Amino acid sequence: MKDYEVIIGLEVHAELSTNTKIYCNCTTEFGADPNTHCCPICTGMPGTLPVLNKKVVEYAVKMGLATNCKIANFSKQDRKNYYYPDLPKAYQISQYDLPLCENGHIDIEVDGKKKTIGITRIHIEEDAGKLIHDAYTGDTLVDMNRCSVPLIEIVSEPDMRSAKEAVEYMQALKSILEYLDICDCKMQEGSLRCDVNLSVRPVGQKEFGTRTETKNLNSFKAIQNSIEFEIKRQIEVLENGGTIYQETRRFDDAKGEGYAMRTKEEANDYRYFPEPDLAPIVLSDEYINSIKESLPELPNVKKERYLKEYNLSLYDANILTMSIKTANYFENVVKKCNNPKMVANWIMGDFARLLNENDISIDESKISEENLANLIDLIDKGTISSKIAKTVFEEMFNTGKEAKQIVEEKGLVQISDEGAIKEIVEKVVENNPQSIIDYKAGRDRALGFLVGQVMKESKGKANPGLVNKLLLEILNK
Amino acid sequence: MSVSREEVQKIAELSKLQFSENELEKFTKDLSNIVDFADKLAKLDVEGVKPTAHILDIQNVFKEDNVKPSYKREEILKNAPSAQGGCISVPKVVE
Ligand SMILES: [Zn+2]
Repeated sequence: MKDYEVIIGLEVHAELSTNTKIYCNCTTEFGADPNTHCCPICTGMPGTLPVLNKKVVEYAVKMGLATNCKIANFSKQDRKNYYYPDLPKAYQISQYDLPLCENGHIDIEVDGKKKTIGITRIHIEEDAGKLIHDAYTGDTLVDMNRCSVPLIEIVSEPDMRSAKEAVEYMQALKSILEYLDICDCKMQEGSLRCDVNLSVRPVGQKEFGTRTETKNLNSFKAIQNSIEFEIKRQIEVLENGGTIYQETRRFDDAKGEGYAMRTKEEANDYRYFPEPDLAPIVLSDEYINSIKESLPELPNVKKERYLKEYNLSLYDANILTMSIKTANYFENVVKKCNNPKMVANWIMGDFARLLNENDISIDESKISEENLANLIDLIDKGTISSKIAKTVFEEMFNTGKEAKQIVEEKGLVQISDEGAIKEIVEKVVENNPQSIIDYKAGRDRALGFLVGQVMKESKGKANPGLVNKLLLEILNK
Repeated sequence: MSVSREEVQKIAELSKLQFSENELEKFTKDLSNIVDFADKLAKLDVEGVKPTAHILDIQNVFKEDNVKPSYKREEILKNAPSAQGGCISVPKVVE
């Protein structure tokens, strides 16, 4: 088999978190009863006139600036024509030749190596409705609530070479969208999704191979799996002397399989033309600069700061800055207890595990920033051992109680009184004569066993440092 | 003819329309006439003229991002030939 190079480009759709739709004043809220967030404009009634939502332009420009794009001083909207029941006007208002943002790039990191991915363009457009298949009648039902919810489409250059790079790129875009607070990025609700353009070519070949487009992937897992599937499929076809057809495909995540859509190739003739109902968008340099100045600290900058200011490892800084919610939480806890490394360990360790298990985000947890800071203070001061702290933390997570209260209620204060510990140590030594013999015979494991027994006897409350010290004193007598 | 019969057929397909032979003939002629008429523009000298993005001299017409009540669902579904479960019902869509 030949060696193949994989070429991937992504078209990412992000629903903007504006209050209203892009051309009318219907709400964009998710999850309402079908067809209750609609009006004549977003359902394409004849004679209605769309007016562009100002916030949509602002949000798109923000994303453009955050991804190093050139923002157009002059931009317009166009009609993309196709017939499908989820599109009541039979055209989607989008942007064709004069998008709002062009020629950007972002950096991603794969296996410790930095790589720059080009962004061809970012344009604004409207979302389509939702089709529901009615198994009983066999009909298709149309819910137009999502019609005209504002989207930005972020089109990348074909710069990615593996599923891993594509996932990292998507993650980086998601982080930026969250930092800018312009998209809620709920992938399972479809507010962030992507189409993958993919082709393969034998290493050394100059021309690109024929590419396929896999549409509407709405989880990182689906992106990863669909890319791996499509790479394998294309290489197999070529190795068997077959031909790759330019086609639109879907990926069934449950089955782990991709398949070609039955829509005819012809349908891809969109006959774009300028939207006569909407005025051109003219942005002054002053406007663009004022948006630039309003941008928050972005993930890459924040990461660099964490390395310097908090002395964290690159790994820690990467994880903590990936989501703005986590980063904010982290910074607020550190402000209160000033132990960045320990805060990082808690957030990335037990906290992350419990959040994951309960499927909630950090800002939805019952543990306030202040409470976590207080817990860390208790460990720092030696009031509780780090082992006990884990129990306290779980209790805090489940009940939202304060660390101090839990420690008091359950009598978990660490025993640091030498006399008290000595008593337990002596008792354990007396009950385990064989371990003493083993220790004297040079078996170090015996010491670990004895420490364990003392901790058990003290219900985990004995100060481990003192236990070690006192045990050694007695054993080495 | 500046528009071919095949082009008309393709546009019809893209528009989900079906024409009889007679209609195809008629539309080919009509569309050709329209395109010929508009083609006069191609003969003009537009050197130095900026492409027109909008026929009126307007720009930046925006609305604020404030929610107003939507229509009642009955109103929205009133013109649908068929509705069920609060949705417009259409023949089965195959991907
Ligand atoms: Zn509306």
